Amino acid sequence: MSAQIMSRAWSSRTSQLIQGFLFGLVFGFLLQKGGVTKYDVIAGQLLLRDFTVVKIMLTAVLVGMTGVYTMKWLGWVELYPKSGSLGMNVIGGLIFGAGFAILGYCPGTIAGAVGNGYMDALLGGVAGIMLGAGIFAALYPWLNEGVLKWGFYGKATLPEIFKTGERKVVLIVAVVIIVILAVLEVARL
Amino acid sequence: MDYLKEIRWSPYVVGAAIGVLSWLSFLISRKPLACSTTFAKASGMVEKMIRGEIVDSKPYYQKEKLVIDWQWMLVTGIVFGSLFSALLSSDFHFQLVPALWASRFGTGAVKRILASLLGGVFLGFGARWADGCTSGHGISGTMQLALSSWISAACFFIGGIVTAKILFGF
Repeated sequence: MSAQIMSRAWSSRTSQLIQGFLFGLVFGFLLQKGGVTKYDVIAGQLLLRDFTVVKIMLTAVLVGMTGVYTMKWLGWVELYPKSGSLGMNVIGGLIFGAGFAILGYCPGTIAGAVGNGYMDALLGGVAGIMLGAGIFAALYPWLNEGVLKWGFYGKATLPEIFKTGERKVVLIVAVVIIVILAVLEVARL
Repeated sequence: MDYLKEIRWSPYVVGAAIGVLSWLSFLISRKPLACSTTFAKASGMVEKMIRGEIVDSKPYYQKEKLVIDWQWMLVTGIVFGSLFSALLSSDFHFQLVPALWASRFGTGAVKRILASLLGGVFLGFGARWADGCTSGHGISGTMQLALSSWISAACFFIGGIVTAKILFGF
């Protein structure tokens, strides 16, 4: 009996791992086709010369948001908004941004950069990210007592903050994204 | 099939496909696409090989258990998906110093690797501090309309643009 339970747990874990790998395969394929596994494209975005990264991200958010919220309204999926605070997201975000510019890859695209043959990503970047994450883990108990709690807002979402219906916020965000993308096209960026 | 062999696809096609991939990851795996926690786990796993079981008891690794999980395999999959795409389009090549970097800082490989290491430290540290990266907050979190993710994504770009402009000169 317990062997049966264990075998079921094993198979569900194996299935999760296989699913993760398959999603990764497609994600990596798309990142490479989009050009964002390349330092020049990411650095070009941060220098405001090449808007590929912003176009990919905003289109992904537009399509993703519309589908994910529709599935939520149909009761098909749950959402998992991350808990946060100003101390976490502003300070952490700015530190991340500095690293993003120096390295020219992010944690997802660096895996793609490795697959693309970029050795600066493999030899420098991956080791650096692991080292940085390890330093954070060492400081976590101390940071968590202070700065990470500043300006805490938890898992709040935009519809909750603005006390507006989800459908309205999804529509507004969709329109804003479409306008930004249209402006980028008109400006030939 | 020829489309698969093209070096670059329109950013709108790629973005829309990533959006659809997100629907499926919510629906099938019940998880948003995200990457950076995996680097923290990998870091803890390496530390555990050196220092032993005691590493499991660190508060951060109590929160993020040191096991290979869905996201760990996602990041592994990205390496192979990108490799496959690059091979199909003959865009795979070994490169140590990217062209744009070389145009500003020269073709020295050691300099580029040290800079990558330093940039990686900031990136890994910042990703854990903000609890997410360009995928977890920037794409998956913003599409869920999470406040934490919109603020993080804005700060990723503010920090990134300012740093890039300082590095390359305004």
